[in-house]
Amino acid sequence: MAETFWVEIVAADRRVWEGDAISVVARTTEGDIGVLARHEPMIAPLIPSTSEITTPDGRREIVVVDGGFLSVTPTRVALISPSAQLAHEISLAEAEAELRTAQKALEAGDTTEENHRHFQRASAQVKAVHLIA
Amino acid sequence: MPASLRELRQRRRSVQTTKKITRAMELIAASRIVKAQQAASESLPYTRELNRAVAAVASFSGYDHPLTHEEEHPTRAAVLVVTSDRGLAGAYSTNAIKLGDRLVQTLRDEGKEVLTFITGRKGIAYAQFRNRPVAGSWAGFSDKPTHQQSDEVADALIEAFLKPTSEGGVDEIHVVYTRFESMLVQEPRVRRVLPLRVVREAVTPDPEAKGPLPLYQFEPDAETVLNSLLPLYVRNRIHFYLMQAAASELASKQKAMKSATDNAESLIQKLTRDANQARQSQITQEITEIVGGASALAEGNDEE
Repeated sequence: MAETFWVEIVAADRRVWEGDAISVVARTTEGDIGVLARHEPMIAPLIPSTSEITTPDGRREIVVVDGGFLSVTPTRVALISPSAQLAHEISLAEAEAELRTAQKALEAGDTTEENHRHFQRASAQVKAVHLIA
Repeated sequence: MPASLRELRQRRRSVQTTKKITRAMELIAASRIVKAQQAASESLPYTRELNRAVAAVASFSGYDHPLTHEEEHPTRAAVLVVTSDRGLAGAYSTNAIKLGDRLVQTLRDEGKEVLTFITGRKGIAYAQFRNRPVAGSWAGFSDKPTHQQSDEVADALIEAFLKPTSEGGVDEIHVVYTRFESMLVQEPRVRRVLPLRVVREAVTPDPEAKGPLPLYQFEPDAETVLNSLLPLYVRNRIHFYLMQAAASELASKQKAMKSATDNAESLIQKLTRDANQARQSQITQEITEIVGGASALAEGNDEE
């Protein structure tokens, strides 16, 4: 049995999820990072993406974060984001509509950072829904 | 006892209607405070994490970030005054506006040029009536600020701060908001948001943060982490102030409406008594008239 650690996912307006986990995979600005128990203390900024948490009973929790950061301390791991959603809270239809709008804007030449984030967020949401389906 | 019975009854009815309205507003305000407090407590974990992280990065790196950079001779300052959208909340908006005016005066006395930002229709109307220039204003969310709305305010402030002073930027930003101490006490306050003063002791007591902060690694480096953290931190602070102000507004409204209801009640009591008195004296007068008329008739008959 792999060693477990406490994980919290905190959004600006609520605590989205908390519980024991075996591993956390999140996407930082530098690329994907996997965290296991006894990881060294660390803070890293996240990009809008899907993160994966594996719980001791082997289930996967998929969560979409909209930026924010990952904080690893000796006692726990926290994903802190202005907005976070669990995969089953996302409506596929809405996410796909968002993705299309963002994609159109990108193709129309709107390459602002804001629109780029919009695109990343929407594609992360669509991906998350497909992952649990 | 000049007023007629009919007039007194009419006035009583009108006061009764007003009382129903103020009573309803009191109850609405009371139920919304509960929601506002709930929202505040639900956002606490986020605030706590953010404070810890910012404190950690700031204390482990000596990096001088633009958002924490203190100008040696600040020449321009901005003031954000948080007021309400609607009235009927007692002296809530007036108190905040007064404190804001005092702050602006102090800053001017220090030789700084002051830009004003306002949230809430009451504050905007106040500035417009006096023909004062407003650098930015927002309205429509004073009693229930969402993240989207508070982010908009925060981003405008950050932008003004990051602009060079010569191009219309500011060197420091102050916020005047009303702090929610309790249901009975709400106090207007001044806080400097920018440049940030990062304090290791988080604003909110953290039961888990015992002992020193762990020796964090920063991925990829402290500067990048700080760059992405500080805007989030400022947004969070602004949202916190707006939420405090919203709770204060609702509490003031509840208090104002409670005393209005109480006043209406005592007015109704007084009007009821006056009306009863008027009715009784009317009856007395009628009896006197009948008795007087009857005896006059009787006397007339005797003389015949």
